[in-house]
Amino acid sequence: MISLAGRDILHSWGKYAFTGLGLGLLIGVTLSMAGIYRGMVDDGKALLANSGADLWVVQRDTLGPYAEPSSLRDDVYRGLLGLPGVARAANVTYLTMQARQGERDVRVMVVGIQPGEPGEPRYLIAGRQIERTHYEAVADASTGFQLGARVRIRRHDYTVVGLTRRMVSASGDPMVFIPLRDAQEAQFLKDNDAIVNERARVLANPALNRPGIPGLAETLSRSQETSRMVNAVLVQIAPGWAADEVAETIRRWKRLQAYTVPQMEEILIAKLIATSARQIAVFLMILAVVSAAIVSFIIYTMTLGKLREIAVLKLIGARNRTIAGMILQEALGLGLIGFLVGKTVATLWAPYFPKYVLLEPGDAARGFVAVMVICALASTLAIRTALRVDPATAIGG
Amino acid sequence: MSAALPNQATTTPAIEVSGLRKRYGAGDTAVDALKGVDLTVQPGEVIGLIGPSGSGKSTLLKCLGAVTEPTAGRIALSGETVYDGGWRNLDPRALRRDRIGFVFQAPYLIPFLDVTDNVALPLLLAGRSNRGARQRARELLAALDVEHRAQAAVAQLSGGEQQRVAIARALANQPPIILADEPTAPLDSERALAVVRILNRMAQQYQTAIIVVTHDEKIIPTFKRLYHIRDGRTYEEAGEGREFG
Ligand SMILES: Nc1ncnc2c1ncn2[C@@H]1O[C@H](COP(=O)(O)OP(=O)(O)OP(=O)(O)O)[C@@H](O)[C@H]1O
Ligand SMILES: [Mg+2]
Repeated sequence: MISLAGRDILHSWGKYAFTGLGLGLLIGVTLSMAGIYRGMVDDGKALLANSGADLWVVQRDTLGPYAEPSSLRDDVYRGLLGLPGVARAANVTYLTMQARQGERDVRVMVVGIQPGEPGEPRYLIAGRQIERTHYEAVADASTGFQLGARVRIRRHDYTVVGLTRRMVSASGDPMVFIPLRDAQEAQFLKDNDAIVNERARVLANPALNRPGIPGLAETLSRSQETSRMVNAVLVQIAPGWAADEVAETIRRWKRLQAYTVPQMEEILIAKLIATSARQIAVFLMILAVVSAAIVSFIIYTMTLGKLREIAVLKLIGARNRTIAGMILQEALGLGLIGFLVGKTVATLWAPYFPKYVLLEPGDAARGFVAVMVICALASTLAIRTALRVDPATAIGG
Repeated sequence: MSAALPNQATTTPAIEVSGLRKRYGAGDTAVDALKGVDLTVQPGEVIGLIGPSGSGKSTLLKCLGAVTEPTAGRIALSGETVYDGGWRNLDPRALRRDRIGFVFQAPYLIPFLDVTDNVALPLLLAGRSNRGARQRARELLAALDVEHRAQAAVAQLSGGEQQRVAIARALANQPPIILADEPTAPLDSERALAVVRILNRMAQQYQTAIIVVTHDEKIIPTFKRLYHIRDGRTYEEAGEGREFG
């Protein structure tokens, strides 16, 4: 038996290809939506993996440092280093701000790190790590900054000495690593008017500016001018120790919150991007319904255009199975064209999204199955109509 | 015609209809399209079925072709009773596929199949191999003088060529019966006569019983025997049986 569906598709391939293309664009959008979600999850995992930390120590009762603000004194890490099982501990700061290069303004997450310590980016795609204690930066390539570029963050210019890839915050902003001191200053620096103002206040306070104690007011003012805060301490665990165990020790003895890698993943994925994920899920559902409606409409219209041929087929003895099979195969064929077009366009336009779009083969496979199921369901209306056609209409009056 | 009419006494009629009735709808709006039709066609015979518009010609063909179920009466095909107040042990679709060929006023070919596959289609639906079905289709196309168009798309054929392809399709599975509803209506007189000639040749060659519904004055004189339908009843008439070709 020849394939009636195949012949019909070949006969009107222009119409068919055009419809498949339209459906394909819709499927492409759907696959991209899934890819955006996967990209967010993957970015989160990359962020954790590249920090080189086993534990995140943050302010008590917070989900810091990514999902909630957290601040710690910057000498806390010394105490942590004394605990059993802690191999290394280093301060980090995170702050989202604008970085300026020439005329260009880029929204970045500035990360303050101690060179050579946990928190430093693990892999560079170009250049070197920060070596000087001031005014050097390692930037993510997606900022568009080049090696050697001068980038302005708050009041200072930084030279880009290294480039990373896929180092972005949970909201997709590329990271720029700078020395911790500079970052603390950028984060907590007061402007000159405020400093003058505070100084005057201290001097005017008789309790603080006492004639008998020279230097008290000066010291107090200076201590207010510099920041001694960080957002988190990243801890690496000594070999042979379990992360949970060390985290528990830190929680108990230091009265701080400590998160392990799985806990941090849970916070990033289940809390930070949960709303976006639900948003995407609703969107996916709507797209599925819209695609189903479009496919059924197209298949239905195509079938209506063939009612006379269907009546003739019935008249010359075609079984219902043959006719239903023809319509079903055409619907599936349309789905196949749509899926191939969709997969292609999703791959082609993925790099143009500002955020990472991860097209997982598993998602593509699930998408393919969903498209086929939707097409099969969508063809039922057309099949019902076709099976109701009276073969007598082929004879006419 | 060179072939003698089969002896009615010794041959089983291909079609035998008695007291056939067909009512469309029910109640006040019911239409009695057939009110007791009697008709017999022998194998190899081509008969004409004529009558005014709305007299029930198409209805009779639909009943004979198991497309529409009659209301009462009896139909026997090749001696086997297929209808007797209800279809007897048979799937109307299989009956249409295996025992009846249809030719309509418009050729109603399948536009997405080429000429050969249109003719091969009834055989393919009956489960014949692609190769065997196409082989037979090409033979029929040759017999109907359209084999040079065998690979063409149906849309590229003239009206007369399409009608010949439709006849080839009706003949494909060598049905004992062909039912033709105004097959010459869209054709000029020369082509109309050609179609009748083909039908007669096929009837002789394959012993096919053929009923041709027609209004066409040009072809009516060619029938040896005619049935006239008036007001839902058939009246048999002798035809002129004029030689043609
Ligand atoms: N499906 C139907 N439902 C109701 N009435 C019908 C139906 N088909 C035919 N009829 C009626 O049955 C009668 C016979 O119709 P039929 O089509 O058999 O006529 P016909 O002899 O073929 O006419 P024509 O020469 O115009 O084709 C007509 O009165 C018609 O209106
Ligand atoms: Mg009619």
